[in-house]
Amino acid sequence: MEGSQAVAATVAMCRPEVICAYPISPQTHIVEGLSAIVKRGDLAPCEFINVESEFAAMSVAIGASATGARTYTATASQGLLYMAEALYNAAGLGLPIVMTVANRAIGAPINIWNDHSDSMSQRDSGWIQLYAESNQEALDVHIQAYRLAEQLSLPVMVCMDGFILTHAYERVDLPEQEQVDAFLPPFEPRQVLDPDDPVTIGAMVGPEAFTEVRYLMHARQMQALDAIPHIAEDFERSFGRPSGGLLRTYRADDAETVIVALGSVLGTIEEVIDDLRDEGASIGAMAVRCFRPWPIDEIREALGRAKRVVVLERAFAVGVGGIVGQNVRLALSGLPVAIHDVVAGLGGRPITKRSLHRLFSEALADELDPARLTFLDLDHERVERELRRMQDVERSGPHAASFLRDVGGAGARPR
Amino acid sequence: MDTPFAITLQVGSSLANKTGSWRTERPLYVQRMPPCNDACPAGENIQQWLYRAEEGDYEGAWRQLMDDNPFPAIMGRVCYHPCESACNRGRLDEVVGINSVERFLGDEAIRCGWTIPADAQPSGKRVLVVGAGPSGLSAAYQLRRRGHDVVVRDAGPRAGGMMRFGIPRYRLPRDVLDAEIRRILDMGVELELDHQVQDVLAEQREGGFDAVFLAIGAHIGKRAYIPAGSASRILDAVALLRGMEGEETPRLGRRVVIYGGGNTAMDAARTARRLGAEEAIVVYRRTRERMPAHDIEVEEALEEGILMRWLSTIKQVDDGAVLVERMELDETGFPQPTGEVEELEADSLVLALGQEVDLSLLDGVPGIEVDDGVVQVAPNMMTGRPGIFAGGDMVPAERTVTVGIGHGKKAALHIDAWLAGRSFTAAPKRDLVTFDMLTPWYYSDAPKTVRPTLAAVRRQSTFDEVVGGLDESNALFEARRCMSCGNCFACDNCYGVCPDNAVIKLDPTGAYQYEIDLDYCKGCGICAEECPCGAIAMEAETI
Amino acid sequence: MPYQQIKFYQAGSFVVGNRLLDPERRTVQADGERSNTLTSGHRACQGCGEALGARYALDAAMRATAGKLIATNATGCLEVFSTPYPESSWQLPWIHSLFGNAPAVATGVAAALKAKGRTDVRVVGQGGDGGTVDIGFGCLSGMFERNDDVLFICYDNEAYMNTGVQRSGATPPAARTSTTQPVGDEPGNVFGQGKSAPLIAMAHEIPYVATATVADLRDIEHKVQHAMELRGARYVHILVTCPLGWGCASADSIKVARLAMETGLFPVFEAERGEVTSVLKIRRRAPVEEYLKLQRRYAHLFGKEPRSEVIARLQERADRNIRRFGLVDEDTVEEPGGVSAQESESVGSAVDEESNATRLLEERH
Repeated sequence: MEGSQAVAATVAMCRPEVICAYPISPQTHIVEGLSAIVKRGDLAPCEFINVESEFAAMSVAIGASATGARTYTATASQGLLYMAEALYNAAGLGLPIVMTVANRAIGAPINIWNDHSDSMSQRDSGWIQLYAESNQEALDVHIQAYRLAEQLSLPVMVCMDGFILTHAYERVDLPEQEQVDAFLPPFEPRQVLDPDDPVTIGAMVGPEAFTEVRYLMHARQMQALDAIPHIAEDFERSFGRPSGGLLRTYRADDAETVIVALGSVLGTIEEVIDDLRDEGASIGAMAVRCFRPWPIDEIREALGRAKRVVVLERAFAVGVGGIVGQNVRLALSGLPVAIHDVVAGLGGRPITKRSLHRLFSEALADELDPARLTFLDLDHERVERELRRMQDVERSGPHAASFLRDVGGAGARPR
Repeated sequence: MDTPFAITLQVGSSLANKTGSWRTERPLYVQRMPPCNDACPAGENIQQWLYRAEEGDYEGAWRQLMDDNPFPAIMGRVCYHPCESACNRGRLDEVVGINSVERFLGDEAIRCGWTIPADAQPSGKRVLVVGAGPSGLSAAYQLRRRGHDVVVRDAGPRAGGMMRFGIPRYRLPRDVLDAEIRRILDMGVELELDHQVQDVLAEQREGGFDAVFLAIGAHIGKRAYIPAGSASRILDAVALLRGMEGEETPRLGRRVVIYGGGNTAMDAARTARRLGAEEAIVVYRRTRERMPAHDIEVEEALEEGILMRWLSTIKQVDDGAVLVERMELDETGFPQPTGEVEELEADSLVLALGQEVDLSLLDGVPGIEVDDGVVQVAPNMMTGRPGIFAGGDMVPAERTVTVGIGHGKKAALHIDAWLAGRSFTAAPKRDLVTFDMLTPWYYSDAPKTVRPTLAAVRRQSTFDEVVGGLDESNALFEARRCMSCGNCFACDNCYGVCPDNAVIKLDPTGAYQYEIDLDYCKGCGICAEECPCGAIAMEAETI
Repeated sequence: MPYQQIKFYQAGSFVVGNRLLDPERRTVQADGERSNTLTSGHRACQGCGEALGARYALDAAMRATAGKLIATNATGCLEVFSTPYPESSWQLPWIHSLFGNAPAVATGVAAALKAKGRTDVRVVGQGGDGGTVDIGFGCLSGMFERNDDVLFICYDNEAYMNTGVQRSGATPPAARTSTTQPVGDEPGNVFGQGKSAPLIAMAHEIPYVATATVADLRDIEHKVQHAMELRGARYVHILVTCPLGWGCASADSIKVARLAMETGLFPVFEAERGEVTSVLKIRRRAPVEEYLKLQRRYAHLFGKEPRSEVIARLQERADRNIRRFGLVDEDTVEEPGGVSAQESESVGSAVDEESNATRLLEERH
């Protein structure tokens, strides 16, 4: 069945009481599916609110969650940015909202296809971010997300690649309602708007306590690093399959080179790794399933023995480089591991086995410059032509000229 | 609830923040002087009795009124109500009909038989009151309430003085007068009629009186020299009005000329009409604006068909006619003769030129000072002779019943103090409330209830009351139009309008209904500004 | 006689309490046991109209719901002065989320309550004019359009006071703010097209829209009470004085709001399903100068060279409101100088036995 429909069916089994959504591709099929379920009466009690913007969607979710309702919404791309202010607010208030992000690029230029620029842009919002590799995992992680969110009173973002997962038809094991009910206890909010026990939620906090509030927020998010593996273990016991957790490695225990990535691209990476292993290379992979909080110790443990790490990511920090790569560097700081940042699959560009094979081979051959940001499958001719044209019409200082020359000279094509 | 640190707070916790420290001014509940009280010659606390009447507590209102004035039913008919002239409500729509409410209360008291107890501890002191007019009876009443033995002696055959012998019964029905006097006598005031006091010192000595209050009034009609023929009929207004109370009704004829411009002239003219005169003409030497008669009296007289000749003097009286000279005001506003004369037909001439006091009873009393025909008194109403006090028309003052009643009360307070060897000091006068101190938006706009007036025709032919009283519903209405100037009327505005909830509502039976919570009052001043009646002042904080 | 059937009161129906009224006919604010939803110790400026308006409105809503009320609050003065850590002035369940989302948060609360079967608990959203008329307008309109069971209350003080008196979409023409300086050809705020949130709310044809001012407590309470009797999206827009931002004396806070109403500059009315159902008549009509002169934000219109043409334009706005909403009738008393020639005809005698005040009293109870 389609990934979106499977997610919708699974979310419904989590019995959210309020669902609010504003349509944006590629999230639409999820909320359409939920709308249909609610409208049919298959999920009750549940209020489905068609809001007028993503900002309102998250705001309605805030109100509903603060009133003690299990709450769900979904978005993508521009929509996630449009609700950015409310994301921080939900996290600051510690409201256990679960939201699906059907990952999609951010414009301009407008682009509806998949990459991770949207969720990566909100990595510091205070939300827990879980990345699904497959539709099956997406379903499973949604169930775990509710348990995690409500246990810690923190919002959780379940990120799944737009179109690649949301619109893909795959065989999935839909859980039984009874299983979900048994796994997911009823929502008992940490705090709630209740006339019988009134409180003031959302006070103004000044310099005298703001640091402490932020510290406590950080501490609570760090607790997720312990909670997530427990919940994943519990899930496996209940549902009979492994899913979720902080990270997953593939043939990485003895690997000199480990490829690090998030989301659906892992499947392709594993196939390439199998091929390269067959060719005798010492290579493995690691999937980051929990990006926020950042499982720094677990990643150091997983990657600390490698000689070389290639971080393949579907987003980057313009003007800096890799995002996940920076985090990996933090985890591996002080260890003699070469770390390469590779930007791939932006705006829906396919990440092919062939390109990956070439990239990994270059890495294995020490042909990747660890100091440089690599863009997979960059059309060098086009970029260089444009850069030349730019140089003709405008003067550029040494930093930009140097960086752009490097970028132009780097990439998939070995020099 | 296990709430998270700082972002979630307990309700009402801001009570810990005492914002009173922001204040530079604090509100203060005050009681200011309402203009009605200020203007009342009898010193009535009008605002207070209206306050009670507003609630329908008519007996309470009446008792409040009776503190200052034992004649509400009489006052409600004959008082010229300076209170209403002063009433701030006149600036909003029309003045409050205070007088009508007073009359209603007075009538209600008579109807219900309310009485005032004379239950004060007997003082053992005796006071002689000379004159059973408004001033004397007022003093007697106040003294009796304070435990003194009071004997009232009057030269006339009936009590009431000018209330009986000077005010026509169409303005003051005698049953009302009798009832209010009876109530005073029932308190144990001794009344001796037909007893003309000739020698006040002798009577004081013989009667063992510790003090004397003189209030003999001014009963002698002033005469002017007017050349008159032998057959001409001339009488004075006082005699005419007094005659109305006697066995024989005075005879005036078909055409009557009244000379004078005061209230007595109006009473005489209106009485003449009622006695059957087809024509009653008031001749007065100045203009209408300068007539001493109260406007309402002139109005009612005109309504009844009384004719007026202003700027005229009477030169001569003959049988069946008077000769009138037209006058003209000079630049100082004084009337000057013009020499133009005219004859008016007249069967009789009534002189209403003012009254004089018969001071013979004071002959030989040392220390008494008489000036301009009246007895001089100190601010405590005492004459130059210690222990002898005087008031009413015989001392320098405006000659109205209300002033007389006021004198009676004031003298009684001083006599009471004097008898105890104290001196009475009135409470300091409070600030007068002017219209700009009010916030009139809060008062409903409502016209004054028009008193149901008897048909003018009926009024002319009988001695029924001219001005009808209010019934309960419109008396209540009228009372509720009072704006309670300067005195809290428990409207809850201050309690409601405070943005800081810093007004505490106290037990409604307390002297003040509210108190400022200085812990939280920021001193914004809204309560004072929005107090409808100006009963909150702002006072600088002393830091 | 007609007045025998009608009860007049010393201070009619306009004061807060009045001991002469039956207790059940007194205001919520007169009640010694009122909720004080916004309690003492808050940090609003002296004479804050918003603090007062919020307590008036929420206490009325508390009474109407028997205390089963939840409030959502936009960022702004009201939020800041009531909830600085560690003290809250609220005495009901209350949440502040963001500047622009209070209506949507309220929708979420209402949705949760509905899902939980707690429709006995009601929700009020509230914010200033910035949070309502400007940044929160999208969420507000969405809430209206869906007819969510939310009463939203705007406390309009006509500028961004919390941030230091900057212009908002609700700032009136000619008013000085810190972003509309009183200089140049058009001093103060421009004469724009205006943005009437109540009229736009009416265009949504929601069950109930009303305006009110902090100067007429009974009117506020009546409207909030009525609003709480209805279900669906409701909107009450209350003009509240900001002594700081408007430059008036703190003591004049209510007086200034009253003049906004009595000049016609702020029309007070009610509408149901998009149609005006009642109008609060002006009792004592005042010229706009009387209102403007009390406020330093209009000081540039007076001074040595009075800007009479600007004042005249403001008077035109007031006159237009009066015509458009029918704010003046035969019971309105004219204050000197307040009438323009073409309208004086419609103004009849000041009072009759069954005065406006009486009718108001009768209607309101």
